[in-house]
Amino acid sequence: MIEIKDVSKNFGPLKVLDKINLQVDRGEIISIIGPSGAGKSTLLRSVIQLESIDDGIVEIEGLRIACRKDRDDDEPIDKTTVREGLAKMGMVFQGFNLFPHMTVLENVMIAQTIVKDRSQKEAQEKAKAILNKVGLTDKENSYPSQISGGQKQRVAIARALAMDPDIMLFDEPTSALDPELIGEVLGVIKALAQERMTMMIVTHEMNFAREISDRILFMEDGRIVESGPPDKIFVNPEHPRIRTFLDKILS
Amino acid sequence: MEKLFSITLYILKGSGVTLGLYAITAVFSMPLGLMCALGKISKNKVLSKAVSLYTWVFRGTPLLLQLFFTYYGLPVLGIRWSGPFAPAALTFILNYAAYLTEIFRAGIQSIDKGQYEAAKVLGMNYSQTMRKIIIPQTVKRILPPLGNEAITLVKDTALVAVIALAEILRNAKEIVTREFIITPFFIAAAIYLVLTSVIVLTFNRMEEKYSYYE
Repeated sequence: MIEIKDVSKNFGPLKVLDKINLQVDRGEIISIIGPSGAGKSTLLRSVIQLESIDDGIVEIEGLRIACRKDRDDDEPIDKTTVREGLAKMGMVFQGFNLFPHMTVLENVMIAQTIVKDRSQKEAQEKAKAILNKVGLTDKENSYPSQISGGQKQRVAIARALAMDPDIMLFDEPTSALDPELIGEVLGVIKALAQERMTMMIVTHEMNFAREISDRILFMEDGRIVESGPPDKIFVNPEHPRIRTFLDKILS
Repeated sequence: MEKLFSITLYILKGSGVTLGLYAITAVFSMPLGLMCALGKISKNKVLSKAVSLYTWVFRGTPLLLQLFFTYYGLPVLGIRWSGPFAPAALTFILNYAAYLTEIFRAGIQSIDKGQYEAAKVLGMNYSQTMRKIIIPQTVKRILPPLGNEAITLVKDTALVAVIALAEILRNAKEIVTREFIITPFFIAAAIYLVLTSVIVLTFNRMEEKYSYYE
């Protein structure tokens, strides 16, 4: 589903991603944990091309969407392929990034109408159905500034889902929320997990990650230090660094 | 009383030129300013530099000088004008578009980059992102500086008096010189105040209209 081969990225002299290799299967749920500055968000952003990579290959369902610019060993990157590949993914940000000048309903409709060419009616029906699913039917005519952080994030998830993605990327979806609002957002993500949506989630919510993930990646200094099933990583990690990290976070 | 009335009427005749120049400048300088703003922030270095050169010249020299240059200077270089209105309009459009370029640019660049990222992961291209997401939000932010320009433009139209366009101030001055009275100045001032008040009110309305979000 997602194929990441030898992906590296530098910010100046700093290696934010250092030869990352990762395959994500259909329906697999992966949580990425690790200290800040480990490259977790950068990895996610590289998968969806918000960051360009300096080396390596990213493929989504066999569609090559990124590779080193001067590669000459195989086929060059094709714009249509990139667009197709990117369209298979939806992303949710830490800061929501809702469109403030549009109502909740319009936020969920806009890309459907202008990117997917759906009619207003079709887009509206779809938007309403998804908003109902995330429990926000009563907020569809509100503006983002009029709703809570948890509601905003649920709208952001609905907005991404309206584009029928095969893969959802979550970049610290609850980090900007008040503690009492975290649950409602995690609840929506859990519901997606039950539908076996393929997901990559960068999170600091350890209990949540342990509960829903098929695999946990621990990252530090731009590398995947260890990856494995949640019970292994949380209970019996091979790497001592993970133990200290978890002790610090969970205490 | 009757005389006052006829004076006012004469001065008001000049408002046709004033309003005409105002309208034509507003209508053309806004799209031009927006296009130049997009050019200035584009990755194309040549385009961006060209726009910078343009705003540097037009914001850095007096409007009056630009007016003289278009009206008296360009004919020397072989461009003939049939009257003073066209060169006045051209100068005003280019001058105001230069200021609007900077206002639009600042407005566009003040939008959080998360908005571009959200649009991008939803599959929107550059033009869709600009038209549907960025520019609508920009409008709200630039209304206050835009209002300033709109008021300044009313007063700047008085400059065309120097190239013999019979606008409000020129008509007033004509009566002052001919009849040795200063009432026409007061009448002209009152007309300008009415015009600028209408603009201030219009912008207040627009700001209210856009206050529906954040």
